[in-house]
Amino acid sequence: MSSKAVSAAYATRLGDNALVLGQRLIELVAASPELEEELANANFSLDYIGQARMFYTYAGECEGAGRTEDDFAFLRPEHEYHNLLLVEQPNGHFGDSTVRAVLFESWYVLLLEALTRCADEGLAAIAERAVKEVRYHLRHSSQWLIRLGDGTEESHVRAQASLDNLWRFTGEMFVADELDGVMLNEFEGPDLAAIETQWRKNVAAIVAEARLELPGDQWMASGGKQGKHTEHFGFLLAEMQYLQRAYPGAEW
Amino acid sequence: MTKQEWPLYEVFIRSRSGLSHRHAGSVHAADDEMALSNARDTYTRRSEGVSIWVVRSDRIIASDPAETSAFFEPAEDKIYRHPTFYDIPDEVENL
Repeated sequence: MSSKAVSAAYATRLGDNALVLGQRLIELVAASPELEEELANANFSLDYIGQARMFYTYAGECEGAGRTEDDFAFLRPEHEYHNLLLVEQPNGHFGDSTVRAVLFESWYVLLLEALTRCADEGLAAIAERAVKEVRYHLRHSSQWLIRLGDGTEESHVRAQASLDNLWRFTGEMFVADELDGVMLNEFEGPDLAAIETQWRKNVAAIVAEARLELPGDQWMASGGKQGKHTEHFGFLLAEMQYLQRAYPGAEW
Repeated sequence: MTKQEWPLYEVFIRSRSGLSHRHAGSVHAADDEMALSNARDTYTRRSEGVSIWVVRSDRIIASDPAETSAFFEPAEDKIYRHPTFYDIPDEVENL
């Protein structure tokens, strides 16, 4: 793999995480429990979609085949998306989306921080911008998890159930595949093993403050990075891509 | 189930260093930290600020509208207390 091809593949993967989570958050627009939460959620969604645009544009430049950000977002089938399974999980109730956000953002912040120091200047520059946004997202989501876990009996029980349910999608974040290995060894990129240690520490602290129990070791789902998705993903893409599929080349 | 409203917080934003905080509006929030987050998400989305203060609305001690005349009118006819007889240099923007 040439170094440009590595950059393109890695940027696409990060763009996929950002776009898919951004699309999930869009589904919550006009459905938030409070006006202020509504604005926050819409902001976060736009942040993620903005990140996806930067990653895809950079991937297109590195690839050099003339693909634009829209081509990446709207014209690829399921198996060409290499996002984590965690971000494609349905919003569920407020506790579910909060737990999903905490688990993902705790990882994503560490990954972006490592990327700001990598040898790929394009990726480092995008990570530099994105990490500021995600630090705030994580602050917001972890505060909510603490409120829910340490709130009423019902919010506690439901937050714990969300945590237990989504935990099986966290293992994949730390399983390095070939591309992760190349990024680490040839581009001084993120070290997923080091990130796992830090992530466990950070998540354990949030979970403890929320008076919740950290789930034990268990079977972990994987496949997102290889394009093997959970059953929910096709529906997400169908909705997101409908317009471009039905009216190819349609513009504002 | 009747919905219980969260407490109201007043939001003050400083638009840039050197200026003072100005009242921007209010938000509902369940606790102080949430009030700060909500203020950030509601009032600084278009880079309006560099600093935010929030305070529970019910903690503000406000003057009584019924006492407006006693509070404020005595100052109105004392023109010598106003610095209107000085020329302010054009370079002074925020006085």
